[in-house]
Amino acid sequence: MAKRETPLLDQLETGPWPSFVTDIKRQAETKPECWDILGILELSYKDRITHWKHGGIVGVFGYGGGIVGRYADVPELFPGVEHFHTIRVAQPASKYYSTSNLRQLMALWEKYGSGVTNFHGSTGDIILLGTRTENLEPFFWDLTHDMGQDLGGSGSNLRTPANCIGMSRCEWACYDTEEACHELTLKYQDEIHRPAFPYKFKFKFSGCPNDCVAAIARSDISVIGTWRDNIRIDQAAVKEYIAGNYAPNGGAHSGRDWGKFDIQKEVVELCPTQCMWMEGGELKIDDKECTRCMHCINVMPRALRPGVDTGASICVGAKAPILDGAQFSTLILPFIKVTKDNDFEELTEFIEKVWDWWMEVGKNRERVGETMQRVGLPTFLSVMGVEPIPQHVKEPRSNPYIFWKEEEVEGGFERDIDEFRAKHKA
Amino acid sequence: MGYNPDKPMDGRISDLGPPHYEQFFPPVIKANKGKWLWHEIIQPGVLMHKSETGDEVYSVRVGTARLVTVEYIREVCDIADKHCDGFLRFTTRNNLEFMVDSRDKVQPLLDTLASYGNKYPVGGTGAGVTNIVHTQGWVHCHTPATDASGVVKAVMDELFDYFTSMTLPAQVRIALACCLNMCGAVHASDIAILGIHRKPPMIDHKRITGVCELPLAIASCPLGAVKPAKAEVDGKEIKTVKVTVERCMFCGNCYTMCPAMPLADPEGDGIAILVGGKVSNRISTPKFSKLVIPYLPNTTPRWPETVSAVKKILVAYAADAKKYERLGDWAARIGWEKFFEKCDIPFTDKSIDDYRLAYDTWRTTTQFKFTSHIK
Repeated sequence: MAKRETPLLDQLETGPWPSFVTDIKRQAETKPECWDILGILELSYKDRITHWKHGGIVGVFGYGGGIVGRYADVPELFPGVEHFHTIRVAQPASKYYSTSNLRQLMALWEKYGSGVTNFHGSTGDIILLGTRTENLEPFFWDLTHDMGQDLGGSGSNLRTPANCIGMSRCEWACYDTEEACHELTLKYQDEIHRPAFPYKFKFKFSGCPNDCVAAIARSDISVIGTWRDNIRIDQAAVKEYIAGNYAPNGGAHSGRDWGKFDIQKEVVELCPTQCMWMEGGELKIDDKECTRCMHCINVMPRALRPGVDTGASICVGAKAPILDGAQFSTLILPFIKVTKDNDFEELTEFIEKVWDWWMEVGKNRERVGETMQRVGLPTFLSVMGVEPIPQHVKEPRSNPYIFWKEEEVEGGFERDIDEFRAKHKA
Repeated sequence: MGYNPDKPMDGRISDLGPPHYEQFFPPVIKANKGKWLWHEIIQPGVLMHKSETGDEVYSVRVGTARLVTVEYIREVCDIADKHCDGFLRFTTRNNLEFMVDSRDKVQPLLDTLASYGNKYPVGGTGAGVTNIVHTQGWVHCHTPATDASGVVKAVMDELFDYFTSMTLPAQVRIALACCLNMCGAVHASDIAILGIHRKPPMIDHKRITGVCELPLAIASCPLGAVKPAKAEVDGKEIKTVKVTVERCMFCGNCYTMCPAMPLADPEGDGIAILVGGKVSNRISTPKFSKLVIPYLPNTTPRWPETVSAVKKILVAYAADAKKYERLGDWAARIGWEKFFEKCDIPFTDKSIDDYRLAYDTWRTTTQFKFTSHIK
């Protein structure tokens, strides 16, 4: 493949941020098909429109997901990217790697693919960007046999689950997000690789309400760490913060002079439930009133820590706007224990109950959050066998349109109009 | 021995799942998992975590283009081999993290990173702008309304000083999705850059019969704008669809279902800006991003209109918000009418919701501010 002129893309080689154009040009020295990637992208910059055809169904035997088919709509101009299929490779929890593992994967991708990747895709997979149909099976053979690794999800199935960094390098994780993510990913391999759902389904595991993996915005089942006892306080460390010896918020604001740290203004008064106060030089918290927003803990990580009776809140139904509008996950189970000690039983039982119901009543291409909206939260709770509690709503409904069930009303719905008319003339 | 196309099922291995994470932990991480006590950002891009064992881990955070090559990953591995015992990780926002187990190993690592010029920018921590989460755009996607990597490069070039410093009132999360499918899930970001279409789909009558299940195409439209129709192709009447243009909201869902209904267009497509979303439960509850600029053109290769719009919003926020206040909390406190005024963004009817649940966003109080909008 010949070198391509890319006058428009060349203008993305200046400036302080790393340039993907410069990077791909260097790769083109050993993988000349990269010139066709740049070539077709340059054409899109000129035409201001994509040059990839709609869809294309390709894959490896036995899987219904993990590969996204892609073909150029100008293959005669750029034969090097006539086929440009994506391979999704399941990422390890928290995205730690050894260099030997990455080098081995890169050698495979140099052999079978374009040499271009995404670290990582939005859902979390390693994305290998651009290969030909005939390379898919040989790549998959080597990936499974030589590396012991596997593809992720795509299509109407369970998408590759993802987690925050968790206990491996964070002091706030209320359960082991890595272990939960890894174990559930292994348990549900069939659901990841063989589409059987109405639409895509995502799990995300965040260790605390800071929600670094955006579980509440992006996953059908959001597992978000929390605690139900008291915030742990080290009063000596509180004094150090007040004295200005410890940097507030872990030094996150050190680039600007915000003045001396003021615990009253920066912590006590910003508490959304007003459940804390200073008394005799000590910080007091009325934990019964706390909603665990994390602000005070974020500001004073050396003085405050989540409690020790930890677990997770389970929320259901987040999605981006297509089609009925964006949804956050709705709180369904306020607190469960998430632990390998019982094989994550409470969580997996709940997940499977949601799937059983959704696979039966969900319409084609309907996310579970949309199914919940369609049938209503009371129905969803009842199907899940969850007792309705005030925590399920922001506020009670303001309309009186209740779907009373016949068995809830004395005497039922059957009545005799003649008996009625005998007492009430028309 | 490798794949044998004559016997494709022989020796096949499947459903292995991801490799176990623990084998990739740097030793200091493995020894201290679950034992971390607190952390501090010792300089922009460098975090120190302290363990109850007394151990410390220093993580150096580096921005990446996300769209990276085999050669790039190998270079990253060289750096990790030299400084980090052969381990590294990536964050959920496409940053790299190099970890070392003592403070004296930090500067040599930073020196190595700096020796590559602008390839490994250190930052993305605390009250600054971290890397932009984004989608594929024109380099790979079949439904985009804009590019992704190019827009991100142009925006991050302009915001670079915010990546390498911590001068903002709080962290600002920017995300880009190249169409309404929002693979980048920008719907809960402080600043969202969203590719949008503005022309209804064309109908390729010549092609629709072979590639499209008409009932699915019709059902795909949330507003019932796609209807059954007939057309003549090569003298023969065929079943097809038509689009009621006044009902089209340009979501592109019909094209996802039916390849014979393309809607991308150089003049029609562009970028909308949404702001004020957040994911964290900190102080206030999670919030959706709200649409403040309905359309900016796809001016390749550096999208100057989008870059300047994002910068203007960021500068206004930085100047006016209180410490710890996220962009959406700031806008809610000062009132959205003030937000438009302070950011010098013209308010248009495009920012008033007329889709489902729209009424939730209409103002039903006499509390408002007298801004320049009231003539």
